[in-house]
Amino acid sequence: MNTLRILRDLFRYNGEFAIGLMLVLIVLAVAACSFFSPYPPMDVYVVPPDVPPSWEYPLGTTSRGQDVFWQLTFAIRNTLLFGIVVAALSRVISLLVGLISGYKGGWVDRVLMSINDTFVVVPLFPILVLFYFIMRDQMTWAMLAIITALLGWAYDARLIRSIAMSLRTREFTRQAVFSGMSTRKIVLQEHLPFVLPIVFSTTMNNINWSIGIEVTLSVLGFTDINTPTIGGMIYWANQHTALVSGIWWWITFPVLLVIMLFIGLFLLAISMNEYIDPRSRLSRLGGAA
Amino acid sequence: MRAYLTYLSKRLVQFAVVVFVGINITYLVTHMTPINPVEQSISAATTYGATSPEAIEMMRQSLRQLYGLEGTPWEQYVSFWKRVLVGDFGPSLSAFPTPVSQLILRALPWTVGLLLVSTLLTWILGNLLGGLAGYYRNSRILKAFGVLSMGIHPIPYYVVAFVLLIIFGFLWPVLPISGGATMASDRSNTLAFALDVVVHSILPVLSLMAVGIGGWFMGMRALVSNIVTEDYVVYAELAGVNRGKILRSYVMRNALGPQVTGLALQLGAIFNGAIITEQVFGYPGVGSLLISAVHAGDYSLVLGITTVSIVAVSATVLLIDLLYPLIDPRVEAR
Repeated sequence: MNTLRILRDLFRYNGEFAIGLMLVLIVLAVAACSFFSPYPPMDVYVVPPDVPPSWEYPLGTTSRGQDVFWQLTFAIRNTLLFGIVVAALSRVISLLVGLISGYKGGWVDRVLMSINDTFVVVPLFPILVLFYFIMRDQMTWAMLAIITALLGWAYDARLIRSIAMSLRTREFTRQAVFSGMSTRKIVLQEHLPFVLPIVFSTTMNNINWSIGIEVTLSVLGFTDINTPTIGGMIYWANQHTALVSGIWWWITFPVLLVIMLFIGLFLLAISMNEYIDPRSRLSRLGGAA
Repeated sequence: MRAYLTYLSKRLVQFAVVVFVGINITYLVTHMTPINPVEQSISAATTYGATSPEAIEMMRQSLRQLYGLEGTPWEQYVSFWKRVLVGDFGPSLSAFPTPVSQLILRALPWTVGLLLVSTLLTWILGNLLGGLAGYYRNSRILKAFGVLSMGIHPIPYYVVAFVLLIIFGFLWPVLPISGGATMASDRSNTLAFALDVVVHSILPVLSLMAVGIGGWFMGMRALVSNIVTEDYVVYAELAGVNRGKILRSYVMRNALGPQVTGLALQLGAIFNGAIITEQVFGYPGVGSLLISAVHAGDYSLVLGITTVSIVAVSATVLLIDLLYPLIDPRVEAR
């Protein structure tokens, strides 16, 4: 009930939240359409190739004889799913590392943070390319998701750690320690609820980040190019030099849709940040900051 | 001074740890997979041209050494490190027998130049405009810029690159859309060559800047609008201190700390950032080299680029960290 009211208030007073939510819902609706697609996603030459957008093919068809609209529904579904899976997996790691490191302090903190800093600094992209290069045909969609998640938790773990550190010095933590609660219980029951709002907003950013990685890799052809994804569509369009031969709809619609997703998630993330930071919320409502 | 030395030694240890872990990751990646990388890359490399049996045997030898497939696991590991530490990645397979280190050294100045210029320009412009927007809150122009840059910010940078390519490649062809310099240019005429390089870099730099500027702008605006409400700023204003001086010495300087940290991370991400930009504009940097290495199945080149990026990135971050106390004296105290 409480959550619903927060959502309603956000929707009413926060333009960014409303626009962001709308954009994400549109993208989700397109993804949901994939369940009603008349064509199997992997098949080629099921419709006449290179037809511009028309009533029969609303977004046109590709040079590989695929309907752009239905192809797009599968592509955005896979891309979105990729982002969500990566974000969920990496959230678990960053929560564990951040909470434990912030609560324990001392050498545990130092060890965990030097690992953490390594992952912040190490250039992920060449490493992902190296992974692809070695795995080649074994590099499946799920594999890439796991690897990306393992590489993408560090930045947020630091953020969570800083909150956990301030929670540790609060009265209620001391009380919990004196009443004999175990570390696991303190971290999970007492500290986790304070951290969750931040986790939600970092999730949005992490989804964006991982989709960016997936699209970048697939545009270069460095992923399993047969699974339809947004980057995969752009890859095939580039392979057929779609822009030069005037098949603009093949590249424009995937790009537009992924931009909508990017902007939508980004707006959701910043509006949530604003909700978490009361100072900026006050200034929006017209009060003195 | 003593505090700075402690700080320095801490950062140096951290640098060593980062490089150690990073290179170990690449080692694990190359060794934990069930695929035989040597035979795979040799078959990939030989399909691209007729290579003599002796050359293939040489490739096999150097690859086996490079991955340390000889001796016990411990010996393998040690020999891998020995070669990496002296920057010896063996000969490239696709450009046999040019050494990998030579290929990387040839590409590195292009990438570093392109990204250093675009990252610094983006940072300076974004912070300047963001600071102004946070201080002069009622300016229409700055507000409009804020909306614009926030809209462009989440767009993937290569999409901007494609758009620029279409505009300047087909609609209004005034700028070179490909390469780092004109192929036939006379490199002895230094000034003309430099100008040629600059002209070629305009589009890649623009595509990187367009996307990057919004992040700095928004960050700086938020920082400044928090500082503006602090007591000392209000007091300075009431005391009639020149507004330009307040903005420069009281507001901007204090807001710059977190932005410098951000710059360090951004410079660190140089190798992640420009790979598609380089690909789209055919820029002869490390990104293009990496892509062609992957497509040609050039194992030693891919490994070399990965390792070099890890070292280069950690070194950049270290450098910024060491300069940091000059901007923010509080860092030393910690």
